[in-house]
Amino acid sequence: MSLNTEPVAAPAPVEHPRPLPKRTMSFRDKWADSAFNIAAVTILTLSIIAVVYPLYFIVIASISDPSAVYEGKVWLFPSGITLEGYQRILADSRIWNGLGNTVIYTVLGTAISVTTILFGAYALSRKDMPGRKFLMLLFVITMFFDGGLITKYLVVRDLGMLDTVWAVVLPGAVGVWNLIIARSFFENTIPEELREAAQMDGANDFTFFFKMVLPLSKPLIMLMIMVHVVAHWNSFFDALIFLNDDTKYPLQLVLRNILIQSDVSSAGTTGGDIESYAAAQRIGELTKYAMIVVSSLPLMIALPFMQKHFTKGTMIGAVKS
Amino acid sequence: MSRILARPTPAAPASSRPPQRKPTSLRLKRVARAWQLYVLLIPSLVYIAVFKYWPMYGVQIAFRNYNPVDGFTGSPWVGLQHFIRFVNSYQFSQVVGNTLWIAVLGLLVAFPVPVVLALLVNQLQSERFKKFTQTVLYSPAFISTVVVVGIMFVLLSPRSGLVNNAIQLAGGQPIFFMGSPEWFRPVYVISDVWQNAGFSMIVYLAALSGIDPALHDAAKVDGASKFQRIRHIDLPGIMPVITVLFILAIGNLLNVGFEKALLMQTNLNLPTSEIIQTYVYHAGLQQAQFSYSAAIGLFNSVLNLVLLLTFNWVARRANQATLW
Repeated sequence: MSLNTEPVAAPAPVEHPRPLPKRTMSFRDKWADSAFNIAAVTILTLSIIAVVYPLYFIVIASISDPSAVYEGKVWLFPSGITLEGYQRILADSRIWNGLGNTVIYTVLGTAISVTTILFGAYALSRKDMPGRKFLMLLFVITMFFDGGLITKYLVVRDLGMLDTVWAVVLPGAVGVWNLIIARSFFENTIPEELREAAQMDGANDFTFFFKMVLPLSKPLIMLMIMVHVVAHWNSFFDALIFLNDDTKYPLQLVLRNILIQSDVSSAGTTGGDIESYAAAQRIGELTKYAMIVVSSLPLMIALPFMQKHFTKGTMIGAVKS
Repeated sequence: MSRILARPTPAAPASSRPPQRKPTSLRLKRVARAWQLYVLLIPSLVYIAVFKYWPMYGVQIAFRNYNPVDGFTGSPWVGLQHFIRFVNSYQFSQVVGNTLWIAVLGLLVAFPVPVVLALLVNQLQSERFKKFTQTVLYSPAFISTVVVVGIMFVLLSPRSGLVNNAIQLAGGQPIFFMGSPEWFRPVYVISDVWQNAGFSMIVYLAALSGIDPALHDAAKVDGASKFQRIRHIDLPGIMPVITVLFILAIGNLLNVGFEKALLMQTNLNLPTSEIIQTYVYHAGLQQAQFSYSAAIGLFNSVLNLVLLLTFNWVARRANQATLW
């Protein structure tokens, strides 16, 4: 039994002992099948365009002359190339500060979450731990009922965590879904015989966990790290409610204030059309396009690398333990 | 990304204890022998105690007039006063109505799309096109909610947005999408499909890959067309997964998308965009009416739980897969 390959592979295709008899489809059915294929490919191609085009447009708009975008001349190719949007971002200290904060929150938060989840999930995966079912129930209950936003806020406030890094990394640290996924991974990949053999050789639970289980769980650890990095990189809400000091804002909250709030404040002022004001508006729009590109780029570049792990993670979760 | 879905292993009820109870000393010995496992579990237990059960205990402020000095348990008891005030307030029908609208619309439109996409992608012959489609369709899931809403604001801007440029090119009048109550719901649901359908599709694709190919071969021999095979093999094959995900979606019906709704809110679209949870946020954290908003939050949680239990019960009656 191989341990470090994919924990839960899809069932291997069934080999047929004999070649199948010739298909007995009628002409009409074959026609129906090719019509179906054409329809499927068309629908999927249209879906791909619908997903990609808005993103593509944002990229070309971010390097185009804002007046051309404003007048609706940019559709497929950038026009009047300018990097002013990007230059403005590079010069914006709020962005850099936010980026720095996000990196800190992401690294610290991921470390805390992944460690806690791996430890807890392993304990819960051990069928010989007395009280396991009751303890699991304690976790599962929190999936279906929680105290709500207000009491969570009051608890964090009572703990004196407002305006500290802990308010961003701790309140959402352990997702019960992730705990369950990790638990089923351990249940499915770590055979009991292995543990019994190790115990026979005098290994206690700690030694077994750190020396055997963790090295065998690299795919799970990778998955957990990525899930949390993505979640922390993209999160803004905990920072919004728990942080007042804007020098502590993570990137997403800075983005929200620039991308969304600034638009709201200027939404009613469509009428006042002073020339310089309009020009400033257009530069502002240009900066927004560039900002969307810059903030999404890191994850988009990492996506091909992460995809394998995420797909695998879905498999881990999809298997009933 | 807690959306990666597992079929949860429900904690079984206490009925599964061994038929004969072992003597206490023996059980204590087993507990003592497993002490290192409990140590590993401590961080997670402390976490749920502090950030899940303590707030849950604090929910009693919904029945009190909370003040910071007296805390969760010392504040004066007022019973159902806050609930009555909410139900009688003029926002009640609007906020609850908006929440149900968004939730039901989201469920009806956004739930079937990934299923259909998965069935179609699964039929593709070219492995490379399959991989490519999968990757492209699920990439928006990695874009943050803030940025997705930011994209909406720039693309739908009435002055310079892509969509309004296209509308004007076609001879129409520009529409102020983000400032119109009637456009909030369509924009919300469409962007939800745009961002999440590809990611949800993966779960169904995984389930489809578990269907025995022999079934398809046998059906082919019998002359079944592709459409018939999807209808009679693929769809029934992933039905348990669909049911479980559907029940979970119901259980989360009133919670999903709160952050996006909050980000999409402008003063102008509030008549449709104010949902229960954004109302809790505004009343509770911005106006510091802690008890009143905790009561509304509790109302929301209980409604959710009732929906979940009801649909799980319905699914069980229909002999479908259930959560427990």
